[in-house]
Amino acid sequence: MISLSGLHKSYITGQNRLHVLKGINLEIEKGEMVSIMGSSGSGKSTLLNIIGILDNYDEGEYKLNGKLVRGLTETQAARYRNDMIGFVFQSFNLIPFKNAVENVALPLYYKKINRKKRNMMAMEYLERMGLKEWADHTPNEMSGGQKQRLAIARSLIARPAVILADEPTGALDSKTSYEVMEVLQEINKEGITMLIVTHEKDISEMTDRIIRLNDGLIEYSNGIKKKNVKKMVTA
Amino acid sequence: MSIIDRDRWQEIFVALKQNKLRTFFTAFGIFWGIFMLVIMLGSGSGLENATKRDWNSMATNSFFMWTQRTTVPYKGFPRGRAFNFNNDDTKALKQNIEEIEYIAPRMRGFSRNNSNNVIRGDRTAGFEIMGDYPEYNLIEPLNIIHGRFINKIDLEEKRKVAVIGRRVMEEMFEPGENPVGEYLQINGVYFKVVGVASSIKRDQRAEEENTRISVPFTTLQRTYNYGDIVGFYCITAKEGTPASMLEQKVKTIMKERHKIHPADNRAIGSFNVEEEYRKFSMLFTGINGLIWIVGIGTLLAGMIGVSNIMLIVVKERTKEIGVRRAVGATPLNITTQIIAESVFLTTFAGYFGLVIGVGLLELVNYALITFKVESDMFINPGVDFNKAVSALAILVVAGIVAGLMPARRAVRIKPVEALHDGN
Repeated sequence: MISLSGLHKSYITGQNRLHVLKGINLEIEKGEMVSIMGSSGSGKSTLLNIIGILDNYDEGEYKLNGKLVRGLTETQAARYRNDMIGFVFQSFNLIPFKNAVENVALPLYYKKINRKKRNMMAMEYLERMGLKEWADHTPNEMSGGQKQRLAIARSLIARPAVILADEPTGALDSKTSYEVMEVLQEINKEGITMLIVTHEKDISEMTDRIIRLNDGLIEYSNGIKKKNVKKMVTA
Repeated sequence: MSIIDRDRWQEIFVALKQNKLRTFFTAFGIFWGIFMLVIMLGSGSGLENATKRDWNSMATNSFFMWTQRTTVPYKGFPRGRAFNFNNDDTKALKQNIEEIEYIAPRMRGFSRNNSNNVIRGDRTAGFEIMGDYPEYNLIEPLNIIHGRFINKIDLEEKRKVAVIGRRVMEEMFEPGENPVGEYLQINGVYFKVVGVASSIKRDQRAEEENTRISVPFTTLQRTYNYGDIVGFYCITAKEGTPASMLEQKVKTIMKERHKIHPADNRAIGSFNVEEEYRKFSMLFTGINGLIWIVGIGTLLAGMIGVSNIMLIVVKERTKEIGVRRAVGATPLNITTQIIAESVFLTTFAGYFGLVIGVGLLELVNYALITFKVESDMFINPGVDFNKAVSALAILVVAGIVAGLMPARRAVRIKPVEALHDGN
C-alpha cells in the first residue's frame, strides 16, 4: 500500500540546511497497522506529512497504492488526500464553529456530495463512534475522547485506504487513549491500513509492527503480536 | 460550487458571525463609502436640476442678436457707425437660411423707466412695451393664463391689441377682473387686451416678463414711428444644426447687407444660449466627475478596510484552512470561499448604504415638496437607476479585489504548518 525507497527530505531555514530524512526505505502492506516511534526531531512527523501528501520530498520514491506520488500540483494533492487518506491529529483539528455532523461531513463537501446525503453518511459514522446524541453539539462541548472519536469519524467518511494518525492519544488520559486505540483497531480489522505516530510504548504495542526512527533513519522495524485493546479493557 | 450553494452561504454567515463587532465595522466602511457616493450624486443632481431649471424655460438651440457700432472702417464708412436691422433683413434671413427654425424680430418701444406710459382710468404705471412676433412665444414660451398670445392676423392687420404680463394685470385691473377685452392706453394710444401671460422663469427674469406688454411688432413700428427698424432678433436653429453655426451664417449675411467689414466682430452683438448651456453642462460634467472620484476614493478606503480584515480573518483561520486542505479542499475551493466572503460583505454593506442613501434623498425631496421649500440651489435630488446599478457593480468588483490578496494568502498556507501540533 505504502512503498518508500531512499527517501530524503531537508528543510532550509535561512543559511541552515536541516537534513531530516536521510534515506528511508519502508514497505507497508494493505491492512497493516503500524506504529512509528522515535524521539522528537527523529523525523517521524515529517515522514507522516510526506506519506499524507501534505509535504513533498527531495529524493527517492514514494508510491501510494502503486502510484508514484511526485510533483503533484496542489489541486491534485488535494484530490489524492480526499480520496485516499484520512487524518487523525493529536489536537483533533476540528472546526470549532461547526457541529459534529458538519465536521464529519466536511471531506464529502469537497467531494461535491450533496448536503442531504452527506449528513446522512455523517450520522452513520457518528453512530458507529457512539456519538449520535452529540450530532448537534460543537466540539468545545465535548470531552477529549469524544473529540478524537469525532475526528476519526471524519477521517473515515470518505472511505480512505489509509489512515494516518499523528499522536492520536497524545492529548488524552490513558483510559481514553485505550478507548481510542480500540476504535482504531476495529477500523483496521476492516482492512484499512493504519499508520500511527506515537512516542508511547504501550500504544505502539497495540499495533502489528513498530518502526523506530532515529536521526532520520529507520533504526529497526519489528513485527510483533499486537495486544488486543478490547481484551485488555475487559480483563 | 454554484453561487446559490447553501453550504457556501452557511460558511459565509458562520465566518462573519464569528466576530460580529469586527464584521460590523468593516461593513460600515463600505456602507459609508457607498452612502456618501449616493448622497453626493443625489446632491449633485439636485444642484444640477435647480440650475438647469432656468434653462428649461429657454430654447437651448437659440441665440439673440442686436446691433452695436462698427469698429472697423469699411467701403468708405468710418468706424463707430451706428446702424439698424430692418424688415428687409428679416425677409432676407428667412429666404436665404433654411436652417432657421423660428425667427422672432423684436422691438422695445418703451422701457419701464420711461415714466408712466400706461394709463387705465385713474391708474397709471410704467411698463416695458415690446413689439413681438407670434414666433416669440415658441422660442421663449410664456404661460398664457387668459386669452391668447399675439397671432399672425394681428401682425398682418397691424391690430392694436396687447398681451399683458401678470403684474401688469394686477396693477391695472381689479382683483378677479378679467382683462381680456378691456382697453389700456399705451403712450396715448388705446390697445385692446387679448391675453395675459405669466412667466415660467424665476426671480428677476420672471419679473421682467411679468411687467411687459407685448403688442404686434408691425403695430409698434407703425404706431410709434419706428419705420422698418428691428431692435433685435431671437432665432432658433433647426434640429441637427448647432446654434453657434447658424449664428455665424446669420451674421455673415447681416454684415454683407449692412456693409460691415467681415472681420468686425463687435458690430453685431449676440448671446448664444447654446454656448452658455454647453459651458453649464460642462461645469456639471466636471462636478459629477469630481463626485465619482471622491466617492470611489471613499469606497476604496472601505475596500482596503475589508481587505485588511480579511487578511486578519485568514490569519486567524490558518488552522481551519489547514484542516480543510488536509481533508481535500483544493486551492480553488479556498480562494473562492475567501472571495465569496469578501464579496458578500461588501455587497451586503454597500446595498444598505445604497438603500439608506436613496432613502435619505427621497426624504429630503419629500420634505422639500411637503414644506414647499423653494430653493434656488436644490431641487429634486435623486440617484437614477443606472447610477445605482453601476454603484452596485462597483461594489461587487470591489469585493472581489478586496478578497484577492487575502485569498492568495490563504492559499499559501501550507497544511503542514497549519496543522502543526503542540499548539
